[in-house]
Amino acid sequence: MDIATQSIEGGFADPVFNAQTVFRAVMDAMARPGSVQALSPLAHPPAPLSATAGAVALSLCDNDTPVWLDPRLQAEASVKAWLGFHTGSPLANTPADAHFAIVANPAEMAALDGFSQGTQEYPDRSTTLVLLVDDLASGPSLLLEGPGIEKTAMIAPTGMPRHFVEQWRQNNQRFPRGVDIVLAAPGSLACLPRTTRIKTMEA
Amino acid sequence: MNAQPTEIATYNFAYLDEQTKRMIRRAILKGIAIPGYQVPFASREMPMPYGWGTGGVQVTASIIGPDDVLKVIDQGADDTTNAVSIRAFFKKVANVAVTTETAAATIIQTRHRIPEHPLTARQVLVFQVPIPEPLRFLEPRETETRKMHALEEYGLMHVKLYEDIARHGRIATTYAYPVKVEGRYVMDPSPTPKFDNPKMHRSPALQLFGAGREKRIYAVPPFTDVVSLDFEDHPFEVQTFDQPCALCAAENVYLDEVILDDHGGHMFVCSDTDHCEKRRADPTSPLWGGRAEGAGGGSLATPPTTPTPALRADPPRKGEGKEAE
Repeated sequence: MDIATQSIEGGFADPVFNAQTVFRAVMDAMARPGSVQALSPLAHPPAPLSATAGAVALSLCDNDTPVWLDPRLQAEASVKAWLGFHTGSPLANTPADAHFAIVANPAEMAALDGFSQGTQEYPDRSTTLVLLVDDLASGPSLLLEGPGIEKTAMIAPTGMPRHFVEQWRQNNQRFPRGVDIVLAAPGSLACLPRTTRIKTMEA
Repeated sequence: MNAQPTEIATYNFAYLDEQTKRMIRRAILKGIAIPGYQVPFASREMPMPYGWGTGGVQVTASIIGPDDVLKVIDQGADDTTNAVSIRAFFKKVANVAVTTETAAATIIQTRHRIPEHPLTARQVLVFQVPIPEPLRFLEPRETETRKMHALEEYGLMHVKLYEDIARHGRIATTYAYPVKVEGRYVMDPSPTPKFDNPKMHRSPALQLFGAGREKRIYAVPPFTDVVSLDFEDHPFEVQTFDQPCALCAAENVYLDEVILDDHGGHMFVCSDTDHCEKRRADPTSPLWGGRAEGAGGGSLATPPTTPTPALRADPPRKGEGKEAE
């Protein structure tokens, strides 16, 4: 398939209801950090953008939200064309300009504090990161606590950014500023809002 | 799937266009991530006046799906104008199932009450908020209140509560009683009676707040600390009633005074009509056996099975069944 075809196909089959389904999964995941929400593949973006991350982008991004792509995604003209066609989102030049950042290779991503953190007056003006991970159960375990979690929650995403626990601790300290993370795995997603604290990390 | 091909003018599912929904959905996610912080959003004009729940309606319209079961309450009642019209609105524009049963609902839009029946993790409570800024009557300038939230400068609110004590001997605020969310933001719980404040604390349900005229959305995630402001020597306390509900004899619930005649006759009845009717229909239910109603929090031991919404053509009227008295 050429780029033109690739960029046009693979959107939501039913834009209204698919967007609602994806949003409710993200909302439930954000409200209950560490809970894994199942999500069947509703969007079919060109690789290396995953179906889950693509669906999140389709349901939340539009021409009001500059999107930053990590180098692996930037290198793919078909990904940029697909996002451009289906969401109309402008591409952010720097991570600090982005409302959403989609990261296909989180293990080598830039530091969390390089993204927009919002301001003390408007902490909502921050970047929401969508990290593509292989799965949410076989990586190093993260023990979570904070709002949305009754006692503790456990999640074990693979391929997380370097020094993630330390970076996340710093993200916590910037509260109310800070970034929020959507972990997009094949067929499921989970969220780490800025209020979630990572208690310990088992080896 | 929900478009009615026979109708001439059809709306998008749930009335709002998709771009508006995305904008509201992004605001909801930020609100959840920053509990108690008021996220500005581009509130739309709705086919109802400001003050009739345009904020709550926009939030509900943005989260609702075809499988949801909607309950709408107005001051606890399912049968008042505001509740009936909003329920009819969503039945028409989203073709969703509606119910008056608290336990059967997945989304409960509320004006100024939290149901007496404990909420569960599969429910979302959507509040209609008239004035989202708890500091607004103390400081009219938005620039200043925003700075006060940024700096966590809430002394003025404590001064206000102190002045209550100096003047009345107690904290006289009875509704819209300010709360602190997760130890950071002071938040207006919307004009719910302070009786309902403890139910917000570590509620298993997600709580979303929409203020249409003031263009703000905020949220309290499940299991989040919501603490009513008070003083060590004047601790927060909720309203108490010296008599039970005149219809269902419930204690520890919020009661409304109903005037019966012009000779001073009056009675106190449950403000939560669904709770009252359920109790009268089945007084032996274990739901109210041995449990202090209104204590808030706490999910049901067994989550309700798939809801079979009671689709009543005519919503129950307040006082229905009163003849039995």
